[in-house]
Amino acid sequence: MISPADMNPPTSTVVNNELRQALTRKSAVRPAEVAFSFLCKSAAWSSLGILCVLVGSVMWKSWGYLDWQFLTSFDSQRPELAGIWAGLLGTTWMIFLTFLTAIPIGVGAAVYLEEYARDVWFVRFIRINLSNLAGVPSIVYGILGLTVFVRMFDLFAREAIVARLTGHIVEAVVILGVEIPLPLGTTLAAGALTMSLLILPVIIVATQEALRAIPPSLRHASLALGATRWQTVRYQVIPAAVPGIMTGIILSISRVIGETAPLIVVGAVGFARFAPGKIGSLSDLAHHPGGLLEAPFGKYTVMPVQIFNWVGQARQEFQGVAAAGILVLLGLLMLMNGVAIIIRNRYQKKLRW
Amino acid sequence: MAKAFTNLMNDRAAAEREKAGASGSPDAGGEGQIVRRMKVETRKLNFFYGPSQALFDISVQIPEKSVTALIGPSGCGKSTFLRTLNRMNDIVEGARHTGEILLEGINIDGPEIDVVALRKRVGMVFQKSTPFPKSIFENVAFGPRLTGVSDRRELEEIVSTCLKRAALWEEVKNRLTDSAMALSGGQQQRLCIARALATNPDVLLMDEPASALDPASTSRIEDLIFELKENYTIIIVTHNMQQAARVSDMTAFFYQGHLVEMGQTQQLFTKPREKHTEDYITGRFG
Repeated sequence: MISPADMNPPTSTVVNNELRQALTRKSAVRPAEVAFSFLCKSAAWSSLGILCVLVGSVMWKSWGYLDWQFLTSFDSQRPELAGIWAGLLGTTWMIFLTFLTAIPIGVGAAVYLEEYARDVWFVRFIRINLSNLAGVPSIVYGILGLTVFVRMFDLFAREAIVARLTGHIVEAVVILGVEIPLPLGTTLAAGALTMSLLILPVIIVATQEALRAIPPSLRHASLALGATRWQTVRYQVIPAAVPGIMTGIILSISRVIGETAPLIVVGAVGFARFAPGKIGSLSDLAHHPGGLLEAPFGKYTVMPVQIFNWVGQARQEFQGVAAAGILVLLGLLMLMNGVAIIIRNRYQKKLRW
Repeated sequence: MAKAFTNLMNDRAAAEREKAGASGSPDAGGEGQIVRRMKVETRKLNFFYGPSQALFDISVQIPEKSVTALIGPSGCGKSTFLRTLNRMNDIVEGARHTGEILLEGINIDGPEIDVVALRKRVGMVFQKSTPFPKSIFENVAFGPRLTGVSDRRELEEIVSTCLKRAALWEEVKNRLTDSAMALSGGQQQRLCIARALATNPDVLLMDEPASALDPASTSRIEDLIFELKENYTIIIVTHNMQQAARVSDMTAFFYQGHLVEMGQTQQLFTKPREKHTEDYITGRFG
């Protein structure tokens, strides 16, 4: 320790008044600073406020309709007996079937584009169009689904190419004892395939971004250990990309649960008193397990279409039923997103970055 | 058990030596004196990234069980040269080369050569440590798993042997299931060395393995290189001239894609044949 007294020659400290002047604050507050932070704060809180008002008013309207009976009943002409059970089952099936097709195709496409494809004009063209596709209005996908899946380009119609080539009018194929109608018609499968098309761009783009965020050094390290391209992708790259892929899935869950227009176009039923595959309860499942395979090829409804149908009813009481349906829809949305986020976080921990 | 694995490795090396001897090793000459077999050899190697040439007529002979240091200023092609030896340049688009690269007399560019098998025999450690975001155990076990080793006991044996060889075992033996990302920089680099050893290579390529480490970790890596030399042929790229002088038996000086001089490290650092080399090692340029 050196104290000033030890120093040679003796020191002195002179107060620099000019510096004191420069360092002194001019006013107690900076108005622009305060105003800007207030604006930002109110923007953030207003969005929360609007959500509260929205949920509050829906709750108010749904009063007296949202109960256990509503959750477990099929639809009815009488508002007090109407329920959302068919839509709840239909939406659950829809989510399952949509992701069953969209995840493998979406992740596969992204892996190809990022890990395998060379940077040629055609690949660049696909990349640009993927971003564009994510912005196409959903009704357009509905019309696409109508042509491709519901009608299958009318290939199976009388006088059309299949009938002329085979000499028979093909109406269905039977695989593993399950009758698959051709064309698919207004079945759950046609609806789910349409929804897959709708969310594919979102999943592909999210997966691509997740793959791009993985440092090339990880791939090089794996290749240098004598891993093949496929082993590198399978054991190092994809596991590291799972959290990013899950983000894409979380974004698309909301769309699958909420989309109405394209499903009306591809023939979801507005008023349904049946469950997909005739499985409306656990005892149905026990008596008729084959229904699990039949469900995708039968008629269906989903929650938003049911709600849309109720809103259009003349009787005023159905507005309350619709409000109750909206609350169930929001509840399912939060539940599904919550589950997906938990899975993602668990995976992130498992990754041990 | 660990010993069995080690013996296995040594037996294999011995068997190969015999085989090579029987077929007449290329460098069996030099009457009466001990002949060191050449492990890695290049003949008139020219390397291109697209239109620009990165290496010019590189011909080197690297003896087995030795440490060869590649020195030279940044961009002189020493890392490119290193990566040609396990064909990591294959993944660079537009990269190509002419000339021959031989591993124990076998041309590694031959159409019948399986690049995946080659990389298991010629291991590589990168400048920036690149542990996989997995446990310490899984990092080392990755290579053996690729070759189909799935027996838990066998994997444990390989992991402990390799971690011991990489002088990391004592520090991590009680936390093998912890994330490799939680290790310090020096430990991560030694883990990467252990991981490279686990595929049972006999050549180790190191691309500035200690350049991102503190002096204490660097010295641990250097000690390790010295120990590994007993069983492995090591080729190391380094920017650090003292390091090259300390750890290597042979040194090659690269400048602008040319091999200026290669020789015994002691000779190259004390009596360089080329003026260029002398200027570089005395710090007059570079």
